[in-house]
Amino acid sequence: MDETPSYPPIEPTDFDLIVVGTGLPQSVIAAAASSAGKSVLHLDSNSFYGSHFSSLNLDEFSSFLTSQSAVSSSHPNPPSSVAADAADYVALDLKTRPMYSDVEITSHSSDPLEHSRKFNLDVSGPRVLFCADAAVDLMLKSGASQYLEFKSIDASFVCDADGRFSTVPDSRAAIFKDRSLSLTEKNQLMRFFKLIQGHLASSDEAENDSNARISEDDLESPFVEFLNKMRLPPKIKSIILYAIAMADYDQDNIEVCKDVLNTKIGIDRLALYQSSVGRFPNALGALIYPIYGQGELTQAFCRRAAVKGCIYVLRMPVIALLMEKESRHCKGVRLASGQDIFSQKLLVDPSFVVPVLVAPSQPDCMPESSQVINLVDAKQKVARGICIMKSSLNPDVSNFVFVYPPRCLYPEQVMAIRAVQIGSNLGVCPSGMFVLYLSTLCNDATQGKELLQAAIKSLFTLPVSGNPENSSSVHSENMEEVKPTLLWSALYTQELVMGSFESISSTSMPDGNLNYNVLLDATVKLFHQMYPQEEFFPETTSPENFEDDDGLSLES
Amino acid sequence: MHGRPRKAPKPEDTAASAAKAEKLRALQSQLLHNHHNQIYTKEALEISAKLLEANPESYTAWNYRKLAVEHNLSQSESDPDTVKSIISEELRVVENSLKQNFKSYGAWHHRKWVLSKGHSSVDHELQLLDRFQRADSRNFHAWNYRRFIVALKGISDEEELKYTTKLIETNFSNYSAWHNRSVLLSHLLQNKVKGFFPKEKVLVEEYEFVHQALFTDPDDQSGWFYHLWLLDQTVKPETPLLVSTWPVHGSDIIVSAEGCLDGRALSPFTSFHSDAGTFPLILYFNEAVEGVNSSTVTVKSVFTENKDLVWKPLATSKSCAAQAWVTHLNVPDVKLHPSTAYPIEVNLGDSQGIISLSGSHCSHPSRFAFTVCVQPLSSEHVERQGVEMILWRDVNFHFYDAHIQESSPIAYFDRLSIKKDHEPAASKWHAKTLVNEIALVRQLLSEIDCKIGKLTLARLLMAHDAMMSYMAPHSHKKVHSEEVLQLFSDLMELDPMHSQYYKEAQSLVLLQQVTSNRESLLKHCCHHRVSTSSSVGNSVCLRLNNLSLSRIGCVEQLLWVQMLDLSHNELRSIDGLEAMQLLSFLNLSHNKLSSFTALEPLRLLKLLKVLDISYNEIGAHPIDRRRYLCSSPLSHSVGSDWNFNEFVPDDAKVTNYWEAFAIFRGFNLMQLDIVGNAITDEKFKSFLIKVLPTLKWVDGEELH
Repeated sequence: MDETPSYPPIEPTDFDLIVVGTGLPQSVIAAAASSAGKSVLHLDSNSFYGSHFSSLNLDEFSSFLTSQSAVSSSHPNPPSSVAADAADYVALDLKTRPMYSDVEITSHSSDPLEHSRKFNLDVSGPRVLFCADAAVDLMLKSGASQYLEFKSIDASFVCDADGRFSTVPDSRAAIFKDRSLSLTEKNQLMRFFKLIQGHLASSDEAENDSNARISEDDLESPFVEFLNKMRLPPKIKSIILYAIAMADYDQDNIEVCKDVLNTKIGIDRLALYQSSVGRFPNALGALIYPIYGQGELTQAFCRRAAVKGCIYVLRMPVIALLMEKESRHCKGVRLASGQDIFSQKLLVDPSFVVPVLVAPSQPDCMPESSQVINLVDAKQKVARGICIMKSSLNPDVSNFVFVYPPRCLYPEQVMAIRAVQIGSNLGVCPSGMFVLYLSTLCNDATQGKELLQAAIKSLFTLPVSGNPENSSSVHSENMEEVKPTLLWSALYTQELVMGSFESISSTSMPDGNLNYNVLLDATVKLFHQMYPQEEFFPETTSPENFEDDDGLSLES
Repeated sequence: MHGRPRKAPKPEDTAASAAKAEKLRALQSQLLHNHHNQIYTKEALEISAKLLEANPESYTAWNYRKLAVEHNLSQSESDPDTVKSIISEELRVVENSLKQNFKSYGAWHHRKWVLSKGHSSVDHELQLLDRFQRADSRNFHAWNYRRFIVALKGISDEEELKYTTKLIETNFSNYSAWHNRSVLLSHLLQNKVKGFFPKEKVLVEEYEFVHQALFTDPDDQSGWFYHLWLLDQTVKPETPLLVSTWPVHGSDIIVSAEGCLDGRALSPFTSFHSDAGTFPLILYFNEAVEGVNSSTVTVKSVFTENKDLVWKPLATSKSCAAQAWVTHLNVPDVKLHPSTAYPIEVNLGDSQGIISLSGSHCSHPSRFAFTVCVQPLSSEHVERQGVEMILWRDVNFHFYDAHIQESSPIAYFDRLSIKKDHEPAASKWHAKTLVNEIALVRQLLSEIDCKIGKLTLARLLMAHDAMMSYMAPHSHKKVHSEEVLQLFSDLMELDPMHSQYYKEAQSLVLLQQVTSNRESLLKHCCHHRVSTSSSVGNSVCLRLNNLSLSRIGCVEQLLWVQMLDLSHNELRSIDGLEAMQLLSFLNLSHNKLSSFTALEPLRLLKLLKVLDISYNEIGAHPIDRRRYLCSSPLSHSVGSDWNFNEFVPDDAKVTNYWEAFAIFRGFNLMQLDIVGNAITDEKFKSFLIKVLPTLKWVDGEELH
């Protein structure tokens, strides 16, 4: 357990910033701070990069989830933590809390999966990037894109309770091609898209073409009301709300809907979708996925940071905070190796409980007993699921996203379920295999699991229990559609924690969205709070890479 | 490519282009030197390559390279490697030139030339084309070249059709892809290739395909153009058809030198008066055809040997194709018995030879027969004729009485157009398709107001009416006329830019309405009576005045008309009138004719005696907007035997008179009204009197 001997002491011992945990927000800030000329030390207790944003093989995945879900006894605290320290500061134990619960990892086949090390499972899945995402811009701007390769997601579907897919008509060409829409529906949908385009175009320019603009009243109204006002039929409404604007909650049912999408945001999401289609000539649709998994993103930012002088130490847990006695300000961290590293600024992983460092007027009050800054969202969690199978859910494509709109699986289904299937050509699994990611927001683990299980049931033939030998030959009773057999699955519920800015700052957990936009916004904001004087990746960081969109390497 | 505004050059650009020009001039003079001295060395070729890569439009350089290739190939015929390197060097130069300007005619042509030499693989060409078509999917050079490569490589039409499907699915605004699809399909349908027969099945699929585009984005024109093509494929007969004739089948014609016979009211369909001792025989087809002659059309008569008949196309253009064709049969007056009806039979379509412009043969055999009775010339009649001047006043016109209607001025109405038995199944399919399309466009218009949708609906309704009246001529009326007229009125308001086009379409519908049945036609037929005379002439006048017509149509129904009143309309052109060979009296006053050139169809009307073109706009516009040309002797390629100068007053502006001279020369007009045109003054009048020696009245005044 004692890892101290394996590491030489870290030199120097003073940094401008210490970042603990290599999740995506931390990595972005480490890279941004390094680019701004700060000396940064980036630590992670794991042997891999990415933390809650990593892509892991089967074994790593299981052990990571387990280690983060049990109430961590953490590392044995050095005895008498406070007293033995130097005169001007004290060490406070840093506590962690579980970020995952109800982890259920099941192998449905009697044989263990072969090549378990060839998997790269996204802990934060399902995740994809829109071509026009802020994340893509950031990768191009920061130069992180040079370490990444992407492939386009081939298709986007809406799924029904029987596991049948119908294409999302997300562009002019897609509407033209989609024979499942009636002619009138095509006309209505395209007209709606044009309305939005007209609105966006008129917002770009001066107010000269004001009749193309959607009125302010409409913009503030719920998006679903606006769609009703445009007389869009339910089918198209559902496609727009859940498969394009990516609403999470049932928008038609105000009582249960915790997040009513207003028209302005709805239109922004549509605009993001549409400007994504065709941004890169090689990308077929709006979405792309990094080869070898989402974990590559954090590594790319870490490499960018390292180029700028950031020092990386993995397998190095932080066990205590160092606090100045007088001012009770954070002064640095104590590593598991016993070394104390000093820094005025500290950014930690969301799994740490960040105490409020109380003012010197109450010297006896122990910090850990008082308030915590980065609170866990008690009302909302995200349930995630990963399935592994040997055939694609849709015989025509291997990489695609799909959504179960609310109420499509059962009447009480309040939340949409998002899903992404990735095939072996993206380097996430051995060849011939497919990985399916599912997620949904939920109030508690029971609700989330119920939703994910209903979705899994609609997609897979589950092996007959008690007789796994025959599982491979079991088909759905309906011989015409043979559903894939589920080989391996993981279901888990993840806490949602928002980042916060204090003398000790912390970052956010992965949210329930498909892309990173909300997370990145919070990260950029956090950076500006930490460094109000600094530019977030000044343009000069990597002149070789941001000239145009070609900087993103996209395999066709 | 498309829709990119042109920017004014900046000073540094101007300087750069001057420097470039300097460089090019140097290269060019070197090239010309090499060209003249037939130097085809590697260095010399390098100079031409440099020139072409900078300026692909240099034709001389391409031609020089062609000579060089020929020369070098002949030197190294035996060595395949050398041949290969020569060819691939040429392809490389062309490719670089195309990068400079991918719309260079010279460069594409050179590439074709090189490839036709053989020696090189065409596989690379399709990849190259892919790149060019991705850069600009509507680059017609690339499309042309594609067709060339496809032919060279022997790629099947089916394969190419799939390619167009792919492109259309990527972006259905790709007009070029739709166009190529129509070309390929025409070919596949014509050859009845496996999977493309029957035609009906294929067209239904195509309709369905294009509907996706029309509904997804009704404002995009590409799909509508393809739809129009499909509509054409649906309604247009595959081969040219004879649609009407004069004389009509089964009629008994009385030919005389004088229209008035013993005071009997004669049907205008049956009596005809001729000074020249001939009468015309008119064939009217549904589209312009070529090859009407005595070997493709057989006329059996006692009057003229078939082989002596000369058929003339009735077209103002110089092409030898026309919708209407005419020949003249001689009537030798002496030998014939006055009361005998001589049968005449006309056959055509038995043998191939009558060809439409698209190359399909008239294969429906048509036969029609009529009799001719010859009324000998009487000298008093000749004298009486020409005494009276025709007045076009309303008081001179009298409607037919009800009882006379029975006795049939238009008894032959139902025979005016020739009906043919269509294949019943096909007709049913046609009607069903049209009904279906009409319903769909209505559905679209209920969702969205769309110009081209309305236009298409109007076209569909017209096509449907035409088809129904064709299939059931006696029962069907133009049920949609009113709706179509309303649609065109809407369109004129919606789209004022093209209001003239809609106006013309509306005129056609109006004329169809008038000519669609006996009753409506009769409403426009009047007797013309000279006020001083109590005798009833046989001059039946078709009065189409005050209808705000802007063009002529339905001429096939009007071949019999001898007296026509088109006054108080908005005619800018009278194209089509040339088929009405019997016209003797024509009133075009109070229209919008703006030049003498617009009167060109009249030159083909040899029987015209009375013409009223007063109160038009002739001479009001210095530039003839119909042709976008200034009038000049150069714009008339009529021969050099003109004795024009004899007629023109010395101080007159010659340009004003050229056109009048070209039109009126050789007319046998007795009466001309031309007052109320900008061009008319005393000088011009006297000029006209000189050009037209037969004139008796000008502007209502008798000449001495």
